[in-house]
Amino acid sequence: MDTAQRDKYWKRNLRLMAILLTIWALVSYGAGIIFVEQLNKIQIMEIPLGFWFAQQGAIITFLILIAIYVWRMDKLDAEFGITEYEDEVRHS
Amino acid sequence: MSSVQLWTLVFVVLSFGLYIYIAYASRVNTTAGFYVAGGGIPAPANGAAIAADWMSAASFISMAGIIALSGNGYGASVYLMGWTGGYVLLAMLLAPYLRKFGKYTVPDFVGDRYSESARLIAVVCAIVVSFVYVAGQMSGVGVVFQRFLGVDTTVGVIIGMVIVFLYAVLGGMKGITWTQVAQYSVLIVAYLIPAVAISQKLTGIPVPQIGFGQIMDELNGLQADLGFAEYTAAFTSTNMLNMLLITAALMFGTAGLPHVIVRFYTAKSVRAARFSALWALFFISLLYLTAPAIGAFSKLNILRQLPGTEEASAPAWYQSWKEVGLIEFTDKNGDGLINFTAATDAANELLINNDIVVLATPEIAGLPAPIVGLVAAGGLAAALSTASGLLLVISSSVANDVYYKRINPQATEARQLLVGRIAMGGAIVVAGYLGINPPGFVAQVVALAFGLGAASFFPILVLGIFWKKCTAAGATAGMIAGLGTTLAYQLWTIDIYGGSDGLFGINETAFGTIGMLINFAVTITVSQFTTKPTEAMQQLVEDIRYPGRSELVAAHAAGELDDDLLHGEHRDGEHS
Repeated sequence: MDTAQRDKYWKRNLRLMAILLTIWALVSYGAGIIFVEQLNKIQIMEIPLGFWFAQQGAIITFLILIAIYVWRMDKLDAEFGITEYEDEVRHS
Repeated sequence: MSSVQLWTLVFVVLSFGLYIYIAYASRVNTTAGFYVAGGGIPAPANGAAIAADWMSAASFISMAGIIALSGNGYGASVYLMGWTGGYVLLAMLLAPYLRKFGKYTVPDFVGDRYSESARLIAVVCAIVVSFVYVAGQMSGVGVVFQRFLGVDTTVGVIIGMVIVFLYAVLGGMKGITWTQVAQYSVLIVAYLIPAVAISQKLTGIPVPQIGFGQIMDELNGLQADLGFAEYTAAFTSTNMLNMLLITAALMFGTAGLPHVIVRFYTAKSVRAARFSALWALFFISLLYLTAPAIGAFSKLNILRQLPGTEEASAPAWYQSWKEVGLIEFTDKNGDGLINFTAATDAANELLINNDIVVLATPEIAGLPAPIVGLVAAGGLAAALSTASGLLLVISSSVANDVYYKRINPQATEARQLLVGRIAMGGAIVVAGYLGINPPGFVAQVVALAFGLGAASFFPILVLGIFWKKCTAAGATAGMIAGLGTTLAYQLWTIDIYGGSDGLFGINETAFGTIGMLINFAVTITVSQFTTKPTEAMQQLVEDIRYPGRSELVAAHAAGELDDDLLHGEHRDGEHS
């Protein structure tokens, strides 16, 4: 990769992280804590929604966020011609 | 011997035999094998190992109990969100880059990226955090042996020590990793089987994560009748500020804990490091999505079975846990009935230890003896897997970062391995001692450990990767400031020391987040005014951000780069 390509790669990586981490914060701190009482007025399958986010929804969202990250990074690497990963670094 | 004891013995002997066989089959003779399993662990296996490493006796034995019994159900959500949310941070901010840096330990990264004095502070943090944790694991092992096999706690801890010694000293990280894969399997099966059975029994739905919605109304009703806050109500025991800060401290603490981070060095490649984080959270979520269900089911069963019952006619599980002192009953009004209300209520007569909920769940629900035995083996797997991961952090910090990097850089591979094994043996003895004589404040010290992780490591790791101009002086000052303020605040507010209410009512568990912010601020400020890292170091940090092979990163990982080139000519403490 030359310098221009590196810049492009890093910017796209940072943008992806910024989007995913925003969702991460909104779901856990937002839905699970700050807005929990408002969301609790809605019930889904007999569980108050805010309570559900705090106990299960946030965890499920985290899992999806990492899955999207892993998938998008694979695509990004492939776009920049990286397909070979094994043995790229030895340990000291 | 009762049938429960017999089945427990069967499962314990079988699982212990398996662990030792695996360790024997994967024994090592290189330092890379001993510290990072040769860096060749495939992502799903690495994920399972991270999950077993991370989910300690606290997750397996205590968490469902905390959810069920600490006031109401919502308050314990800080643990559910906090201990899983950290993996998002790990996957995106740390894992791939640390893997590419290619070192053995967290202090190794800190020492290489910053300075030798920063390395020493990191070594101290890693060792303190690890010993604090290990003490909890070992006493967990003791409880399981005592309750299920009638063995004395001390003997139980010693059996645990011998088992860990055999597989950790023999196989190092490689043995530990594959053993942890087996331990994960044992613990998750042991956790899910009773949960499925109880869910089927109580709700007719064999999927506990879904079934638990069915009982919410009845549970809320029963809680309200007995004077507890409603199970699903928010902010009854913890206010919003503390909920936010504790959750954050646990998240950033998770992302800063050395025994989890070191796991990403064992991945095959940068891509495998990313996938390891995904697999790890997947495996963890199997337990973490089930824990709220077990908590709710157990609470419902307890509330149905105990309040208003005559003590003498209480169920068998009540009697057996009362015998070992984990259930306490004082008949305050002398009517012979169990009066169970909120713990803060003066009329409450019943105290149930959080730790019994998972272990007692199969009995409370009336499940057969083999399942009870399986759960005991699962609890042991959770405790031993975490203990071995922590012991490895301690031994590699001593053998690699202190002995090899500071005392004797000329040491041969065989010599380093020997020192690593001796350090591991010593650490196991200390851990066993702490397990038999646990400091009376284990729960609070664990909170302290998370505060330390968040306040010391997280900022300097993230800045070390994302900010090329972060300086050694900045990181050292940041670590000292974050760690110092957090430690001081915790000592000031923890009941047995200062017992103060602190500032704005901020809980001692919550302050790690503030300490982390202080660390960030100090590191950034000091870095503006101190000597920038060398060109080579800045280039190296930039190189680890991109995929593919870089000569500089490869040469650095192989230890072929000249130290003066990386750190400038006047590196502190070098060649001493």
